[in-house]
Parts: sequence; structure tokens; C-alpha cells
Amino acid sequence: MMENYDLLLAILFQLAQLLLVVLLAPLLTGWVNQCQAWLQNRSGAGVLQPYRVLRKLFHKDAVIAHNASWLFRVTPYIVFGCMWLAAAIIPIIAVDLPFSQAADVIALVGVFALARVFISLAAMDIGTAFGSLGARREMLVSFLAEPALLMVLFTASMISHSTQLPSIVDTLAHHQFVLYPSLAFAALAFVIVLLAENARIPVDNPATHLELTMIHEAMILEYSARHLALIEWASSLKLFAYISIGIALFVPHGIIEVGNWAGLPLAIVLLLLKLMLAGAGLAVFEIVSAKLRIFRAPEFLGTAFLLAVLGLLIHFLLGA
Amino acid sequence: MNAVGILPLDVAGWLVQFWIALGVAGLFLQRAPQLINNIVFPLSALTSLLLAATGLWALAMPTGVMVLPLGLPDLPFHLRLDSLSGFFLILLGAASLGVSLFSAGYFKTMAGSTLGLLCLEYHLFLIGMTLVLLADDAYMFMVAWETMALASYFLVTTDHAIPDIRKAGYLYLLIAHVGAIAILLSFGVMQGGNGIAAYTFDAMRAAQLDPFWSSAAFLLALFGFGAKAGVLPMHVWLPEAHPAAPSPVSALMSGVMLKTAIYGILRVTFDLLDTQLWWWGVLALGLGLLTAVFGVMFAAVQGDMKRLLAYSSIENIGLLLVGIGLTLIFHVYGKDALAALALTATLYHSLNHAMFKSLLFVGTGAILHATGERNMGRLGGLIRRMPWASGLMLVGVLAISGLPPLNGFVSEWLLLQAFLLSPGLPNSYINMLVPVAAAVIALAAALAAYVMVKFYGVIFLGQPREHALEHAHDAGIWERIGMGWLALACVLLGLAPVYVVGQLDHVSQMLLGAQLGNAAGNWIFLAPVDTERASYSPLYFMLAVLGVMLLTSVLVRRLYHGRVRRSDPWDCGFPAQTARMQDTAEGFGQPIRRIFEPFFKIERDVPSPFDTHPRYHGQSDDRLWYILYLPIKHLTEKFSSMAGLLQHGRIHLYLTYTFVTLIVLLVFV
Repeated sequence: MMENYDLLLAILFQLAQLLLVVLLAPLLTGWVNQCQAWLQNRSGAGVLQPYRVLRKLFHKDAVIAHNASWLFRVTPYIVFGCMWLAAAIIPIIAVDLPFSQAADVIALVGVFALARVFISLAAMDIGTAFGSLGARREMLVSFLAEPALLMVLFTASMISHSTQLPSIVDTLAHHQFVLYPSLAFAALAFVIVLLAENARIPVDNPATHLELTMIHEAMILEYSARHLALIEWASSLKLFAYISIGIALFVPHGIIEVGNWAGLPLAIVLLLLKLMLAGAGLAVFEIVSAKLRIFRAPEFLGTAFLLAVLGLLIHFLLGA
Repeated sequence: MNAVGILPLDVAGWLVQFWIALGVAGLFLQRAPQLINNIVFPLSALTSLLLAATGLWALAMPTGVMVLPLGLPDLPFHLRLDSLSGFFLILLGAASLGVSLFSAGYFKTMAGSTLGLLCLEYHLFLIGMTLVLLADDAYMFMVAWETMALASYFLVTTDHAIPDIRKAGYLYLLIAHVGAIAILLSFGVMQGGNGIAAYTFDAMRAAQLDPFWSSAAFLLALFGFGAKAGVLPMHVWLPEAHPAAPSPVSALMSGVMLKTAIYGILRVTFDLLDTQLWWWGVLALGLGLLTAVFGVMFAAVQGDMKRLLAYSSIENIGLLLVGIGLTLIFHVYGKDALAALALTATLYHSLNHAMFKSLLFVGTGAILHATGERNMGRLGGLIRRMPWASGLMLVGVLAISGLPPLNGFVSEWLLLQAFLLSPGLPNSYINMLVPVAAAVIALAAALAAYVMVKFYGVIFLGQPREHALEHAHDAGIWERIGMGWLALACVLLGLAPVYVVGQLDHVSQMLLGAQLGNAAGNWIFLAPVDTERASYSPLYFMLAVLGVMLLTSVLVRRLYHGRVRRSDPWDCGFPAQTARMQDTAEGFGQPIRRIFEPFFKIERDVPSPFDTHPRYHGQSDDRLWYILYLPIKHLTEKFSSMAGLLQHGRIHLYLTYTFVTLIVLLVFV
């Protein structure tokens, strides 16, 4: 009876998080943009602007190319589904979410890869010069970013002897004042991966449509209306998921157990605070750095990869 | 034992005989090609299915042995069917089932004696591979091994009128035989000079070799089987032979034949040799990592779709060798539960690779038939012309990229889990090697996704790069069935890992005396060690993704609308865009070529901007060919020309040689 109740509660928490992330993700994007506007001395469009954009896009008629195949049309749904799921399985408020059992950190990296492969294929579907350019660059960035992310996650897995996100967060959250040197390296690597995978400066620039620089925007150039809305929303979710991973791995303090009602308000407040800080930090970083040439990006990401491997090695050597 | 007294080995024997009959029937039916296509190949596929079932049956059964009244006077043919052979029989049967079904449609354009001979060679090839798996003495093994090598050589050179194909076949034959000699020597070492009866595998199992001779046997076997599998630096034949062979043959060679080499390494290392040393594992691990990265790097810069797949096979063989190395390391240090995990990952990946690589190779066959083109730079947009082939190949592409919830991901997941569990080995140097190795594996896996996006994107997506592609036709019905089975196998192996791992436990039990089990998991969760540690459920995963997708799609349509308008693609204000402005295979691989430039030997003719008829030519070659193979070739040529000095064609000179030899012999003997 008690077990059933616990399971029900866990499922409830899981559904709540599912709903929370999908509604909150555009807000995070809006917050980052707003912070950037403030830093550039602009008044900005407000943190709610992404919602308005989504609403506008959903209302429009979708325009797709004559030769677009089924792959082009299903991709937005696949990408959106993958990102939603990814964001929903990372423990940010409460640990032991039931769906985390089905997909551990390696599967999480797999979800990101699945979405990326589909969006790259869809970009090549129409056959314009931009699409394949974007797909090629996206795969170029990710072939270094993905192993780096995996190594970051492995470092945390090694410390907690588990690849399950709830176990990892549980272990890390209860060693509050131990600073793991391996995790410090991993954190540096993770920041680089986060920037690269979310199409931020210095690897990509989400604000321009200049063919010399763009990666992500080049891939989705052919999308419009609801398809574009889903992809934009998926991008917000991806950023949310990455920042969640960062929170779960490096500042997991305050995350509660399922059913701990007394701790829940504090956990939510802490989460919002962490998200705001991370978003503001991202904005500051983007403002002070310049876009890299495309062929410097592999070096930048190679650094992340090496840092992550170094973190793992340090864990092996020092056991910390 | 069952009541009737029929054993899996008996059934396997009958199936092999039936294959012989089918092959010979093909020879006699050359005047009726439609019979070969519509009866012989489907029957052959049925036999494959039964063989796979026999293998599955044999997994749980006690080992069966049989001595045939054939072979040498003191060494009759010994056969044996244990769990390891059983597993590889499943692999052989399941892959050849799809390939044979595909062949029923593929060879339609062929006729007469070519088709009859091809049918015979095709079945001899299958028989050779089956007997390699069943052989229980060195003589039988070598006979089967050579049958397999020769049959596949003739299959590779099916189009022997083309000089390049003859050349590719020759290279393949040469390396196959260098490898075979090493395998034979390895058997020679293992039998320990105890006479001809010691050439049975049973005698080898009983022989007590000291570490030196064990290592010699292992190294020879690794070299010999590595040559067959395409392990660095013996890989050069793969990218030549695979494009030369007809596609179903490439599929069998890449999907199954390479696995017989993996079988050989496992058989020798864990079954025939009774001691293992830790540095064997490190060697295998290191070679595997090199091979994997090398393979995937070269795959990324290929322009020919079958060469690309051949290099991708080299990568996968590297991953398998990494798994074997890890198994060895764990086994030597007495961590047999972990060894079982690594072995399970290796076997699982063998099976997966057999399925998706066969699927992709036969798929290239369908494309070749539809377009007559192997060069990816002249393809494009086929998803609209070939809906069946493109849909089924998408499954293979996603599977080989290691994406959940398909099968490639499961074996990758298991392999990475094995790496994550490795700390705690007593040797700290190996401990430090492990994270680096895991990083390299992750890099190779990510690059594999790059390669596959290129493969699928350039061939199937975009606009057709040639006008002729407008008339491309989809795969025929047999071809669809064959590809459909292989794609289904990829999906099923991805969704039911718990069942597969349970079956693989029989093999680990036999080789290592330990099994992985699924102690912590249940029928839906794969949890090899314990649920707190790691678990994965592809079924839930898939349901969740599909559920979320459907929900989104319904919600979007409900709340807003589903209106779509078709229009021209956006041209950035430059209306003169043509299909030639898309990325070619060359272009898509350019970043990789640039990043890993020192590894390639690059030849490029870049036209000047003022050229009125610019022609671009670029080729990325294998440096190893120039560093390793050409010097050996020159040396051989030098020696043979020195030997040629003795030959003048004059009879009195030869008589003098004979006379001198006689005198010398008389003096010394």
C-alpha cells in the first residue's frame, strides 16, 4: 500500500516536472535575452517575448518547399519530443523520478544525439546550399561536444558509482562541502559544451543570419510556422536541459526527495534562483566574448574534451 | 536431450547438406534463372532461418560433438556445437536470411552460367562460414576457412572483366592467405608437437602451454584473424574488396565473415588457450581503439558509398576488439562478472553489426540497381524516388549511429558500462588507460553519427544531382522483404535487450564461467549490475518519445490548425540555385579531412579561379599503404628479380645447376 502510494507520488512529481519544464523553458530563454538587452543598454522585449513569438508562429500557415519529404515534416515533432523528455528526466526539484530508470546519463546523451541527427537530416532534405552547410557544421561541432559531455557525465558517474541521474544527484548533494577536483575540470568542460550545443557565442550566434557564421539557424532556415515554433521551443528546452544538468551535477544542493512537502517551496525557490543566475551568467559570457571562426571551434571544443578527460583521469588518480 | 534423440548439431549438418544441394541445383538450373531467383534463393533463406533457430536451440543445450568419416586417415573431421558456435550460428542465420531474400530479387538481371556459378559460390561461402563455426579440429577448421576465403574471392571477382575488380580480389586473396598461414602456425603452436592427433581442439584445450608459447599462439591468432577482420594494419583489403563485390556479397562479407574472425579470436583466446595474460588485453584494447578511430576517420572522407561502409566496418571491428581486450583484462584479474559484461557487449555488438551493416550494404545494392551509381556525389533526393529503400535504410542508419532506442545503442551502452565499472583493477597503469579508452570510444561513436548523416543525407536527401536519378525505381518485392527483415531485427534487438542478454549468458558461462544475468532488472528494465547503478529500458523510452510526439502533434492541431502551403525553397534572393550547390560527399567530409589532415595522404587538384572549365579532383589516401605495403611490395619484387637472375632459359646452365647441387650435397651429406 505504502509502496503504491510512493510510486503514485513519484509519477505525480514526474508529470509535474514534465509540465513545469515545458512551460518554464521559454521563460529562461526570454530571461537570457532580457539580460543581454540590459547589458547592451537596450530596454529589451521583456522576458515573456518567447511566448509571444511561439503564439504568433503557431497561428501562421506552415509553408514548406515543394520537394520536402515526410522526414522534413516529422522532424520538428521528434526534436521537440526528445528535448522535452531530456529536460524532464533531469532531477532539478526532486530526485527519484520514475522515468529516470528508463534512461540513464548515457541514454540522455543518446536523446540529444537522436534529435541532432534528425534535425541535421531534415536540414539536408530540401537540398539548398544553406541546409547542408548547417548540417555539416552542426555535426562538426557535436562530434567533439558529445564525447566531452559524456566524459563530464562519466566523471560524476565515477564519483557516485552510478549512471542513474537520481543516484548521481543524491550522492553529490549529500557531500555538500567536499570540492571534487575532478568535477572542477568537468565543470569547465561542461560550460564549453553547453555553449557549443546550444548554439551560443563563441561557437554559433543565435542572433544573426550571416552565412559565414551561422550553424543552427542555417539548418532551420526552411522551417516556418508551427514547425519553426516547435523547433524554437525545443531549443529553449535544450538550453533548459543543459542548465539543469549543470545544476544537477555541480550545485545540486537543495534538491529534495519525492514526497518531502515541507522542503518543496524552498526547493522551487532555490531552483528558480539557480536558473536565473545561470541565465544571467550565460548572458554576461556571451556579451564579453566574440564569435570564433568556424575552424577555431574544433580547437575550442577539443579543449573541452581534453579537460573532461583530464577530470576523469584525476578522479582515477586521486580517487576524488 | 529430448525424446527423439535429435541434437542441434544433427540439424545443423542437414541444413549444410541442403545448402550444398541448393548450390549444385543452381549450377544445373542456369538455363532457368527465374527458378534460381524465385525458388533457390528463397529456399536458401529458409535454411538460414532454420539455422538461426538451431543456433538458438543449441545455446541452452549441452555441447554436441560428432566425428565424421571424412578427412585425414589419423585425423577425421571433428564437429562440435557449443554455446559460442550456437551464438554465431544465430548471427550467420539471421543475417543471411535477410541477404538471401534480398538476393532473390537482386540477381534478376544476371543470367546463364554467371548466375549458376554465383549461386554455387554463394552457397559454398555460406557453408564455409558455417563449418568454420562448427569445426572442432585444426584441419577441418582450415579446410572450412579456405573454402570461405576462396568462395568469397570468386564472389568478389564476379565482374572479373573489370581490371580494378581483379586487382581488389587479388589483394583480398593475398591478405586472406597471409592471415591463414598465421592461423595455421597458431594451431601448430597450440598442439605443442604432440603428433597429428593433437590437432583436435580437445587436445589443444588439454595441452598445458607455458606463457611464452601461449603468447606466441595468441599473437599469431590475433594477427591471422585480425587480417580477416580488417584490424589495423591489415585493413587495406576491405575498402577495395567490398565495393568490388556484388552488394549481397559485401553484406555477407561485412556482416558475417568478419564475425567469423571475431569468433576465431574468442575461440582461441578463451577456449583453446587455458592461460591468458593481462598484456594481451591491453594489446587488443590498443589495437581496437586505433582501428576504430582510423576506420571512422576514413569513412568520413569517402565519396564512394560502399567504400564508406567498408571503412565503417573497420571501425566496428575496432570496437569489437576493444570489447575483447576489456574482457581479457577483467578475466585475467579475476573479475569475471565484469568480464561477462564486456563479453556480452562484444557479442551483442557483433550481432547488431551483422544486422545493420548487412542492411546498409544490401541497401546500397538497391541504390546501385536503381541508379547504376556508387559515387555519392552523383546521387541525391532518392527518398522521393525510393520510399521503401530509404525508409528501411533510415532504420539501419539510426541503428549504426548508436541512437536509442535501436540496437546499436544497447551494445554501446553495455560497453560504456563495462568501462565505468573498471576502476579497482590492481594495475594502476591499466586503470589510467581505461578513461582514455572510454573517451576514444565516445569520440568514435560520435564520429560514426557524422559519417552516417553524411551517408544518408547525401544519398537520399536534397535534390537529385543528376537528371538520370529522376527515373530511379524503388527496390523490388524480394529486396523489400530482405531489407525489411534486417530492419526489423535492428528494432527488435534494440527493444528486447533483456531477452538477448539472457541468451548471451550461456556463452559467457561457457567461456568465462560467469554470467552477467540481469539480476537487478526485470523483463522491461535492463540493469546488468544493480538498479541504483544503471538501468535502461528501450521500450519505455520509445513509448515516451512516441507518446510525447503524438500528444504534441494532436495538441498543435487541436489548439491551432494543421494548414500547410507548398512553395519554392527560400533562395536568399539568388534564384539561380541548382542541385550542384548542395554539399557533395567530398564537401561534407571536408571538416574532418581538415582536422585530421596529418593522417591522410591528400592529393588535390584545385582549379584556378580563372579556369573556364574548372575540374576539381581530390583524393584522401591511406598513409599506411605507402609506409607499410609499398616497401614490402618493392622488397618482394627485388628478391624475385634476384631469383630471376638464375633463370636464363638455356638448358646447359640448368644442367650445371643440377650438377653443382649434386656435388654440394655429396660433399656435405
